[in-house]
Amino acid sequence: MTQTAQPTSLDEVVIRFAGDSGDGMQLVGNQFSNTSALAGNDLSTFPDYPAEIRAPVGTTFGVSGFQVRFASKKIHTPGDHCDVLVAMNPAAFKVHVEALKPGGILLVNTGNFDGKNLKKAGYETSPLEDMRYKEQFNLVEINLNTAVIHAVEGTGLSSKDALRSKNILALGMLYWVYSRSLEPTEQWLKEKFSKKPMVLEANLKALHAGVKIAENSELLQTQHTIAPAPLEAGAYKNLMGNAALSMGLVAGAELAELPLFLGSYPITPASDILHYLARYKNYGVVTFQAEDEIAAIAAAIGASFSGSLGVTATSGPGIALKSEAMGLAVMTELPLLVINVQRGGPSTGLPTKTEQADLLQALFGRHGECPVPVIAPYSSSDCFHAAIEAIKMAVQYMTPVILLSDASIANGAEPFLIPDLDSLEKFPAQKAKTEENFMPYRRDEKTLARPWAVPGTPGLEHRIGGLEKSDGSGDIDYSPKNHETMVGLRNDKVQRIANTYAPLAVYGEDQGDLLVVGWGSTYGAIRSAVRNAQSNGQSVSHVHLRNLWPLPLDLQDILKSFSKVLIPEMNSGQLLRILRSEYLIDAVGYSKIQGQPFATQEIYDHIQTIF
Amino acid sequence: MSLSYKKKDFVSDQDVRWCPGCGDYAILSAAQQVFAKLDIPKENFVVVSGIGCSSRFPYYVNTFGFHTIHGRAPAIASGVKIANPDLDVWVVTGDGDALSIGGNHIIHAARRNVNMTVLLFNNRIYGLTKGQYSPTSDPGTKTGSTPYGSLDTPFNPITLMLGAGAGFVARTVDTQIPHMKSVIEAAHAYQGFSFVEILQNCVIFADKVFEHITEKGIRDSRQVNLMHGEPLVYGNDLEKGLQFTADGLKIVAADQADTWDAQQRDAAKAYQICQSQENGEFPVPIGIFHSVERATLDAQVHAQIAETTEKLGKGSLTSLLQSGEIWNVGEK
Ligand SMILES: Cc1ncc(C[n+]2csc(CCOP(=O)(O)OP(=O)(O)O)c2C)c(N)n1
Ligand code: SF4
Ligand SMILES: [Mg+2]
Repeated sequence: MTQTAQPTSLDEVVIRFAGDSGDGMQLVGNQFSNTSALAGNDLSTFPDYPAEIRAPVGTTFGVSGFQVRFASKKIHTPGDHCDVLVAMNPAAFKVHVEALKPGGILLVNTGNFDGKNLKKAGYETSPLEDMRYKEQFNLVEINLNTAVIHAVEGTGLSSKDALRSKNILALGMLYWVYSRSLEPTEQWLKEKFSKKPMVLEANLKALHAGVKIAENSELLQTQHTIAPAPLEAGAYKNLMGNAALSMGLVAGAELAELPLFLGSYPITPASDILHYLARYKNYGVVTFQAEDEIAAIAAAIGASFSGSLGVTATSGPGIALKSEAMGLAVMTELPLLVINVQRGGPSTGLPTKTEQADLLQALFGRHGECPVPVIAPYSSSDCFHAAIEAIKMAVQYMTPVILLSDASIANGAEPFLIPDLDSLEKFPAQKAKTEENFMPYRRDEKTLARPWAVPGTPGLEHRIGGLEKSDGSGDIDYSPKNHETMVGLRNDKVQRIANTYAPLAVYGEDQGDLLVVGWGSTYGAIRSAVRNAQSNGQSVSHVHLRNLWPLPLDLQDILKSFSKVLIPEMNSGQLLRILRSEYLIDAVGYSKIQGQPFATQEIYDHIQTIF
Repeated sequence: MSLSYKKKDFVSDQDVRWCPGCGDYAILSAAQQVFAKLDIPKENFVVVSGIGCSSRFPYYVNTFGFHTIHGRAPAIASGVKIANPDLDVWVVTGDGDALSIGGNHIIHAARRNVNMTVLLFNNRIYGLTKGQYSPTSDPGTKTGSTPYGSLDTPFNPITLMLGAGAGFVARTVDTQIPHMKSVIEAAHAYQGFSFVEILQNCVIFADKVFEHITEKGIRDSRQVNLMHGEPLVYGNDLEKGLQFTADGLKIVAADQADTWDAQQRDAAKAYQICQSQENGEFPVPIGIFHSVERATLDAQVHAQIAETTEKLGKGSLTSLLQSGEIWNVGEK
C-alpha cells in the first residue's frame, strides 16, 4: 500500500465523465454533483448526451458526457477544459481527450480498449500506446470490467449485470481523490434499489471497491480537498434548470392564488417540465399530455379562460405549431405562459443540444401584429424566479408571455438558494365580480389589462374570440379605424410592462470602451470572460438582458455610454439585429452555432480582438 | 330548484348573420330551447366553437362563449372542462372544422372521454370559405376546388366517432326539430363525451345534399330512427323493419324487426347499420347509435389529485421549497 500524503487543497476542479449512452455517465455525473453540492461547493454542470436513446455501442456519436465543475469560490460556468476525464471506451476517449488540461487525470477503462471497440471508434491501434498521452496526462489505466466483476463477487449477480456497476466503481475512485463523502450516494442507492437488494449490494460494493482501488493506486497518490464556497448564507439545493422552472411554476401559481394547468406534448429538452409537474399533484397541479402541441396550448388557453393559469411547455418545433393559438391568446387577452426550451434548429436539428436561435421567433414569429412579452432566465436557478416573474406579468397584464430557456440551462445544475418565504411576494389574481352591463374589454387605466371574467360567475356571460373587437364591449368590429386602435392598444399594453422592470445592473463601470450584452444561458461565460478582462485593467462591462420584450427602458442610455457594444449569442446575431434596429447603434456580434455553449476563453479571446 | 328559463334567456343581443334559409338557424333555435329546459344556471354554460359558418354559433347564445381557431375547439373545450369540471361544456363545429383540420382533436377528446357535448353541423361543404368540398362530401362533388368533381372518399362521422371510442354517438336532422331536440337533450344527459352529427343544409353552396334522405314526403321510408329498446322499424306506416342476420342486415316486416340496443359495449351493430348506402335500398339511420358510460377524464384527473393529496398531504410553498436534499451555508 502506498503511503497516502496529506490531501492538498484546490480551489476548483472540473471532471468530465464520458462513455456510451448506456454507461450511466449522466447518473454518476449527477451523483458527483449532488455530493459536491452537499459538501458546500459552488458548482455548475453540463450534461451533453446524444439524441439516440441507445446509440450503437462503442460509436463516437453514441458518446454521452457529463461535465461538473465544483469550487471553493463562486463560479458561473461548467468550465471550458477539464482536470479529469473518465473515458469508459475508445469512442469517449476520442471525442473528449482534447478537452483535458495538460497534466490532468485521464482515467480510462482499458477493459473496453479492445479490438472491436477501437475499431468502432476508428482507431487502428490503441491510442493508449501513444506516448504523447502518457507524457501529457496523468494516465490512469484500469480495467473497470474485471475490477467490478471482482468487486461484486458473492452478491450472486451475473457478470453481465455486475458490469453495469462499473460507473459506480469509477465514481468511488473519484470520491476518494476529492475526499468526498460516500453517504449521499449510498443513501441514494438505498432508495433507488430498495426492492432489489442484490443490485443494491453490488453497487455499494462497487462504490467501496472504487475507493480502495484509488487509495492503493500508484497513480492517484494525492488526495485533494475542495473547501466549501463562500456562497450567500442560506439553505441550498442542487437543481437542474427544468426542475427549478417547474418549481417556479408551482410557486408562481400559489403566489397568484391560481390553480396551475399544464398542457404539453413531449419534446426534448422540455419534457422534464411535464414530468416534474405531473408529480406535483398534491399541489393541485393539473397536467394534460395532449395529442400534439396545438392541442397542448389550446387546452392551456381553455384552462385560462375557465380561471386557471394555463401553461404550455415545448421546444422550437412545438412553438412553430403553437403560433396560431398564441395569436388567439393575444386577441382574447388571456393570461398564458408559453415555455420554449430552445434546442438546435431548424427542424429536428440538434434535438439534445443547446442554441438561442428562437429569439426572433419569440418576438415576431406570429401572424399579424402580435406582441408578446419575452423573458429569458440566465441560469438554471434563475429559471425559478423567471417563471414567477412571467406568471405575474401574464396575470397582471392579461397576456400570454413567452419564457425562453435553452437546453444548457434546462439540463445544467447549480446550487439553488432557497428563497425566504417572505421574499416571495403574493400577487393574487383579480377576477371580475358579478355586475350589470359587464364590459369584457374595459381596461385598467394603469396596465391596460382587461378583466378576467371566469365562467360560473353570474352576470358576466360574454363571448370572446379571435375576430377583431371593439374596445370596451368586446363586440365584433371590423371597422378600419377600430382595428388600428386595437392593434395600438395591444401593443401599448405590452410596452407598459417595461415600467415594472428593476433597473438593469451593469457589471463594471457605467461607461467605458466596451459593453458586452448577452441574454439567456450565455450569462456565465460572458460574466467570467468580462471579469478576466477587467482584471487586466481593460474597460469592459457586462449587461445581461432578462427581459427581451418589451426592452428595458434604461437600456438605451447604457448602450450609449460605451464606445463599442459586443453581443455574443448562440445564433447568427438575433439580439444584435434587434438592438441595432431599436437603438441605431453599431453593435457587433459574436456567434457560436455549434450546439455547444460558449467557453469563457472564447469570449475572452474575442474581447481581446476588439481592444 | 327550477330556474324556469325561457328560450329568450339564451338569445344574445348579436344579429345573426347566417344566410337566409340556412339550416343553422333551426339548430340554434332548438339548442336554445334545450338549454332553457336543462335547469342549469346560465353562467355555467360554456359554448366553444372553431371557425366556420357553424362556429359563429356561440355569439348568438347568451352564455359564456369562445369562438376559437379552426379545428381546435375540442382541445380548448378539454382544457375548459378539465380545469373547471363544474362547467357545462358544449362544442359547436363543422364538418371541415371537426373532421379535417381538427380531426386529431376530436378523436382524442372522444377517446379520453372528456365530458362535453359536441354538435357537428354537417353540411358536406366548407361554407365560410365559399364552398369547397369537405371530408364528408360525396365523391364527384363539384365545387370551386373540384371543378371536375371530387375524387376522395368521405368520412362517415358516426363510424369515425365510434372508432375513436366516443361513448355517445347520435345523428339528427336540422329540419326535424322535435327529433333534434330530443337527441341533443339525450346527448347532454349522457355523462361523458357525447357527439351529435346534425345533417344541415347549406342553401348557398350545397343546397339539398340531404334531400334524398330528409325531404318530407320520403323521409319516413328513407330514415330509420334508432331508439334504445325500440324496434328498428320505418316506412310511411312503420311497416318495415331491420334485422341483423348472419348474412348481414336484412329488411323484414315490422313485426320481425330487431330491438335496438344502443348500450352494447361493443359497437359492432352500430357500425353495421351505418354501412348501408344512402342511395341503396336500406334506410339511413338517425337517432342514438351508441350510449355506453365510462369514467370521464375530467372526473378521474380530479380524483387522482384528491387521492394524491390525501396520501402526501396538501403541498404548500414551504413543502415545495424544502423538499429534497438541502444544505445550509452560513448561519441560518
Ligand atoms: C388555420 C386556418 N385555415 C383555414 C381557415 C379558413 N377556413 C375558415 S372556415 C373553413 C372551413 C369551414 O368549414 P366547416 O367546418 O364545414 O364549416 P361551415 O362553414 O361549413 O359551417 C376554412 C377552411 C382558417 N380560418 N384558419
Ligand atoms: S354559406 Fe351555407 S352554411 Fe354558411 S351561412 Fe350560408 S347557408 Fe349557412
Ligand atoms: Mg361545413
